[in-house]
Amino acid sequence: MTTTNEREIPMEELERVTIRFAGDSGDGMQVAGTQFTRTSAVFGNDVSTLPDFPAEIRAPAGSLPGVSGFQISFSSTDIHTPGDEPDVLVAMNPAALKVNLNELPAGAALIVNEDAFTATNLAKAGYASNPLKDGSLHNWNVFPIPISTLNTRALEGLEMTSKQMDLTKNFFALGVMFWLYERSMEPTLQWIGDKFKKRPIFADANKRALRAGYAFGETTEIFHSRYMVPRAPQRPGTYRNLTGNEGAALGFVAASVKANRPLFYGSYPITPASDILHELASYKTFGVKTFQAEDEIAAIGSAIGASYGGAMGMTGTSGPGIALKSEAMGLAVMVELPLVIIDVQRAGPSTGMPTKNEQADLLQVLYGRNSDSPVAVVAPATPGETFWYAFEAWRLALKYMTPVVFLSDAFLATGAEPWPIPSVDDLPDISVPNRTEKAGFRPYDRDPQTLARPWAVPGTPGLEHRIGGLEKADLTGNVSYDPENHHRMQELRQAKIAGIANDIPELEVAGPAEGDLLILGWGSTYGSIRSAVERLQARGHSVAHAHLRYLNPFPRNTGDVVKAYKRVMIPEINLGQLSMLIRARYLVDAQGYNKVRGKPFRISEIEAEAERLIAELRGASR
Amino acid sequence: MTDTLAPGGQPALSPQNAAIIQLTRKDFVSDQEVRWCPGCGDYSILAQTQKVMPDFGYPKENIVFISGIGCSGRLPYYMNTYGFHSIHGRAPAIATGLKAARPDLMVWVITGDGDALSIGGNHLIHSMRRNVDIRVIMFNNRIYGLTKGQASPTSEIGKVTKSTPLGTVDYPISPLTIALAAEASFIARSVDTHTEHLQQTLTRAGFHRGSVFTEVLQNCNIFNDGAHREFTDREVREDRMLALEHGQPMIFGKDRDMGLRLNGYQPEVVKLGDDFRVEDLLVHDEQDPLIAFMLSRLYWPDFPVPVGVIRDIRRPTHDELVTNQIEEAIAARGEGNLQALLNGNDTWTVK
Ligand SMILES: Cc1ncc(C[n+]2csc(CCOP(=O)(O)OP(=O)(O)O)c2C)c(N)n1
Ligand code: SF4
Ligand SMILES: [Mg+2]
Repeated sequence: MTTTNEREIPMEELERVTIRFAGDSGDGMQVAGTQFTRTSAVFGNDVSTLPDFPAEIRAPAGSLPGVSGFQISFSSTDIHTPGDEPDVLVAMNPAALKVNLNELPAGAALIVNEDAFTATNLAKAGYASNPLKDGSLHNWNVFPIPISTLNTRALEGLEMTSKQMDLTKNFFALGVMFWLYERSMEPTLQWIGDKFKKRPIFADANKRALRAGYAFGETTEIFHSRYMVPRAPQRPGTYRNLTGNEGAALGFVAASVKANRPLFYGSYPITPASDILHELASYKTFGVKTFQAEDEIAAIGSAIGASYGGAMGMTGTSGPGIALKSEAMGLAVMVELPLVIIDVQRAGPSTGMPTKNEQADLLQVLYGRNSDSPVAVVAPATPGETFWYAFEAWRLALKYMTPVVFLSDAFLATGAEPWPIPSVDDLPDISVPNRTEKAGFRPYDRDPQTLARPWAVPGTPGLEHRIGGLEKADLTGNVSYDPENHHRMQELRQAKIAGIANDIPELEVAGPAEGDLLILGWGSTYGSIRSAVERLQARGHSVAHAHLRYLNPFPRNTGDVVKAYKRVMIPEINLGQLSMLIRARYLVDAQGYNKVRGKPFRISEIEAEAERLIAELRGASR
Repeated sequence: MTDTLAPGGQPALSPQNAAIIQLTRKDFVSDQEVRWCPGCGDYSILAQTQKVMPDFGYPKENIVFISGIGCSGRLPYYMNTYGFHSIHGRAPAIATGLKAARPDLMVWVITGDGDALSIGGNHLIHSMRRNVDIRVIMFNNRIYGLTKGQASPTSEIGKVTKSTPLGTVDYPISPLTIALAAEASFIARSVDTHTEHLQQTLTRAGFHRGSVFTEVLQNCNIFNDGAHREFTDREVREDRMLALEHGQPMIFGKDRDMGLRLNGYQPEVVKLGDDFRVEDLLVHDEQDPLIAFMLSRLYWPDFPVPVGVIRDIRRPTHDELVTNQIEEAIAARGEGNLQALLNGNDTWTVK
């Protein structure tokens, strides 16, 4: 871009920047955030994002509950989280300012659409006076821009209502940000062209808005500097952006292809798991059958029926749905059929905070059923990992003829990161045979190594047999009330799951193999913990990080790992579930660090707690 | 209506096939010892089921019996086919998934009045509205048998049971009306001890393609003895029950001299003779939803109890619709390419 009156604006280089776009749900903040993410990823930054959706679908415009946000962190180094606090807040209205200001550190930049600071909007957000005028924002670097006015002016002459024009102002704001951070407009211009292919006038309007925002940056006097975040050293490969729910859906389809069996997905809509149903419903050309059931019980029932028929039956939900599915999960344990159960956790109990994050269903999926009813549990740690653990869930379910829980959460489900796309040829074959041999067939005979029983599906001549929820006699599978048999079967079911420990990788440790402090985590806390540990290590602390992806069974070296450090800290977004398991299982004095606010941990708070524990340790040894 | 041609090359339900496959009743008897109380109506239902099975022309490995929990739920153990004794009320859900995954199978669901209409009401209703191609056979003994005698959703109001010592205050549900409201494409009723009628009804149910709901009036001689005897006993059954036949006037009675006619829009029992002739009577039509609704509301002692096929219509089944969508998607776009799917439409390359 060259213009005749180009000013000399200094360019500052930064390692990492975190921006939060915030506005009314109708303001298109998710689109702006996603476009900024794509552009940065395509440019070569490492990126990590966190959308923050309002709980209400259509909260009144301008109200506090109607605020929608999208945070993106982009960096020239490897990053693991969407950033603790934003460096820049883009606030499209007073409500967005009010909701987000408390997380904006002093000195951060604040870009606001001053046109939206009308008396009505201020009142809706509960402001007695206009914060742009009353001096209350003196701690921040405020850039008020009349975005609505400038945008409408840029769209003059287009045959649109003023309301339609106003809908494009997110692209104006995005244009300003693109200029400020020296990003190319090309990917977004192309995206707009594709998206509005059928409505050229909207394509034109959005493109004009984007360009006008960029041009505003060039010509305005308010900015005294631009910023540049160089490329991050990324491993060679082809990348795409991936959310956890997308990754899971892709992993399941990949598993179906590599197991050479059709996928059946029975589900009842629930936030934040519904997107997996939506994704899978669009994979018809892969033979995927989806079934929107009448409730969660029917959803899992249908999946069990499909697996009984030789398909890969799968069901997905969030915590409240798991509560409904638990009786049928027990049935799947009893009949020993492969089944994958997805739990995308959200804040509870009961309906709780459906759009907010929590990792408090761990004990529910492990123990929330009658009797001893063991199932395998895997939990991805990042949005990109969801693909691999979805695939892994099926590998285990098929090989061991068992239900497997895939434990994700709201943060993983909606968060996104650049994902190196694997080659299909590199994915392992996970197919298992059906039993067809008639001679010697017994429904509960077991493979001596895996303890899996044979999969004898209806339609196989000569293998007609009956299964069900009543206790099975060992080997024959006939109904049995024999006391010794029941004891043996309980132990066999337990041993089958426990044996999976020999078939999964050992728990890896990042940092010293022994030392002062181990921070042990699972699930979506990975990024915050890893970042905190890197900072602590840089300051010379003897700290290591281990992250469990397998929660049942635990990797076989877990006990050795947790015993190799003087202190063990377990941060969890629950009130201490993994820490209870680790303490009980390995008799170590692990300390829980627990915060349940519907949000991920801040890096800094994990750091602070770790330092406190280390200081305590020093004090104790003195 | 009966289809002999089935989609996807699955074995057709046809007498020709039956001739080729040549199974007998004995082929359907499993090696498991039958464990119902002596005198229970379930014995007869099992026997008639085994008896009609060879007629469908399905190899027995392609037949699956799925049940919930209750005395009725034990039936699959006694059938030498594939069988799945599942959990209370959920058999229709399991059957829905099985049938969607495996359209080639013939799937029967065995359930009780509590299993189907109480804990499993939701699944029953939704399997019927989806026209899932399963044959639901509900054993209605108007009691909870397995749990030793509590009131069920079909128990008559005021019924004294262990859980209702002063009589139940819950009004009973009408299973056939529910089935109709849920749009089951085949609805019928029969009686455990009326062996021939039961065989005919099960045969019709077996040949139907789509959601079958068949209520079998069953005696629980332990906890609700004589549940239906007022109109099912040999001496009175012809006078107190109305055996339906498609296209035939609704005549009943030992002497075939009673009939059902419409007086305005109200059904009315009349005696054939000088005042009313056969032409005045209602003619049964299995495709007419209003007749079906009316029949579903008739019960002893106000009316004879209708038995036989009340409704039989054909519409695409759930598995046909599911399969069609997949076939059409593949025809339009080709089979899925996993690598293309993983790539998505927005990639970048780091060298
Ligand atoms: C979740 C659950 N709740 C309760 C029961 C106990 N239970 C078993 S069978 C049954 C009622 C069965 O009645 P019905 O369906 O009429 O069958 P019948 O025994 O009369 O054939 C009950 C309440 C159970 N097995 N599971
Ligand atoms: S309790 Fe009743 S229904 Fe159950 S087996 Fe005995 S007689 Fe039959
Ligand atoms: Mg009953």
